[in-house]
Amino acid sequence: MSTRGTQAMDRTADPDAVHLLRLYVAGQTPKSLAAMANLKRFCEDHLPGLYAIEVIDLLEHPELAAGDQILAIPTLVRRLPEPLKRIIGDLSSTEKVLVGLDIRGKGTSP
Amino acid sequence: MPFDATALPKAPTGVSGFDNVTLGGLPIGRPTLICGPAGCGKTLFAMTFLVNGATLFSEPGVFMSFEERAADLTANFASLGYDLDGLVAAGKLAIDHVRVERSEIEESGEYDLEGLFVRLGYAVDTIGARRVVLDTIESLFSGFTDPSVLRAELRRLFGWIKDRGLTAIVTGERGDGQLTRQGLEEYVSDCVIQLDNRVEDQITTRRLRIVKYRGSAHGTNEYPFLIDDQGITVLPVTSSGLQRPVSSEIVPSGIPGLDAMLRTGGFYKGSSILLSGVAGTGKTTIGSHFADAACARGQRCMFFVFEEGADEVCRNALSVGLDLKARVGSGLLRFEAARPSLYGLEMHLARMHRDLESFRPDVVVIDPISAFRGPDTEVHATLLRMLDLLKSRGITALFTSLRAGDTQMDGTDCLSSLMDVWIKLSNIEADGERNRTLYVIKSRGMSHSNQVREYRVTDAGIELSEAYVGAEGVLTGAARLNQEARERAAAMRRLQEVARRQREISRRRQALERQIDELRADLQAGEDEARKLIFEEEGHDATLTSDRAALATLRGAAE
Repeated sequence: MSTRGTQAMDRTADPDAVHLLRLYVAGQTPKSLAAMANLKRFCEDHLPGLYAIEVIDLLEHPELAAGDQILAIPTLVRRLPEPLKRIIGDLSSTEKVLVGLDIRGKGTSP
Repeated sequence: MPFDATALPKAPTGVSGFDNVTLGGLPIGRPTLICGPAGCGKTLFAMTFLVNGATLFSEPGVFMSFEERAADLTANFASLGYDLDGLVAAGKLAIDHVRVERSEIEESGEYDLEGLFVRLGYAVDTIGARRVVLDTIESLFSGFTDPSVLRAELRRLFGWIKDRGLTAIVTGERGDGQLTRQGLEEYVSDCVIQLDNRVEDQITTRRLRIVKYRGSAHGTNEYPFLIDDQGITVLPVTSSGLQRPVSSEIVPSGIPGLDAMLRTGGFYKGSSILLSGVAGTGKTTIGSHFADAACARGQRCMFFVFEEGADEVCRNALSVGLDLKARVGSGLLRFEAARPSLYGLEMHLARMHRDLESFRPDVVVIDPISAFRGPDTEVHATLLRMLDLLKSRGITALFTSLRAGDTQMDGTDCLSSLMDVWIKLSNIEADGERNRTLYVIKSRGMSHSNQVREYRVTDAGIELSEAYVGAEGVLTGAARLNQEARERAAAMRRLQEVARRQREISRRRQALERQIDELRADLQAGEDEARKLIFEEEGHDATLTSDRAALATLRGAAE
């Protein structure tokens, strides 16, 4: 589990809101590692400075799985801004992640 | 059915009847699939399995719900008296609601369902669960786009359940052409149970069938089951054989006159008595007598009524001097009233089965069996099983049956061959009145009167009197009274005639005796006359002699 760069949280869905992201994994599986790498790259590309990632390993904290309704691994949960969003998979498709997080064209255009 | 102790170990469900059908319960350490249409009781069955496991068999359980929230489950099962919150608090039950909302989930790349395993594993480890329910895991298919991943994961899940040695129930909704929508039966191959909720003639019957049970013998029929405030009851009522204990103990009918018609003074314990008659012959009243007498002996009686309410029967019985309400109050009598159309035949049987189990009566009155309508074969089969049910418990049962009109045969008369005693009630209509008669058609194992008896329903109960059987047939009621009056008159006339004859004879005797006296008097008079003459004659002779002697003397002296 690691936390980084928490800033003031804005609950509106404006493009500059901080994204509080939580990635659930179960052990250091190839899929988990891929998801972590993909997520980091994605955030740097699309949400520079506006994100915080929390990685939760369910093998260490199984009690946390029920709270966020985790079934699939890996699951990325966007806790902020609301509404809560879930993206499952190793996040290899950037396009799907963009759709899942409601971010369009951000990072490519200034 | 033989039960091998070395056979597959089984986890009892605690669902009454089900453990009999499966010879012990569900296979331990294996998943069992319960499938069926919506509303057939899958969730209830699964939850009952867990609750009983936790409370009766000290096997904690995990309920993983994919549909209902934990709060809803708790509320729903509170109506059955299951305190889910209490069990959860006591660490005997864990409920995990898995919410799958497609709209909230975006898929990007590869994934697996390890999260589900983690959650289940965590819940199992926390309470040391031995039992698991997944209800209804097929909901997952609506939450994920790639069924192939799901299928692989399900296969892994069931393998995982087996590895952990968990006894699991997996529920599944019925699908087209297969047992479940997603073909779960493909993965859960050890034990498959199908629940059904069928509507025939507007009557719903729930049925349960064990489709397969690997490594175990099991009942193969469709068994009716019941869901009510006491939970699930499965009714394996087809198992009765003909080997049952018999008794020569006597159970009186409660009507002295009727008992007197049977040599033994009553029915054998455990026998079945059919009381058939047309409307208004007092079948229920006789049944009430039977019930009341049983209670008076301190026995327990169960009264199944299908056409009246319990209160009505009590009130009506009061009019013949039977206080059934007091019997109910004393706990010896219990009424079970239900409209025949309320449930299917199977369900009635099922209820009866359960009621008999709980109340354990010595005698039972079923009033009337003719109320059961349906295809003849089904009615017959149901009644046959009802009879078996009662006989196998040694319960003496009185069945009443309404005969339509005066026909000898009707739907339930085919039952008569199964009955030990058959008493027929009939109305005889003559001279502007109706009278009731009864006779014993048969009574197995005892001699009985072959007479037709008239009976009257009086304030003090049912009274039997001998019916007049003569050349003109059976006379009852006023006709019988008339006939009896006529007979009394005739007898009186005969008596008078005899007296008259006797008087005449004595008069003649007196006349003759008078004549005899007269003749005797005549004779006496004649004799007296004769005696007098003889005496006079003798006196005369003596005088002559003495005179002659005197003359001779005189002559001698003078010569």
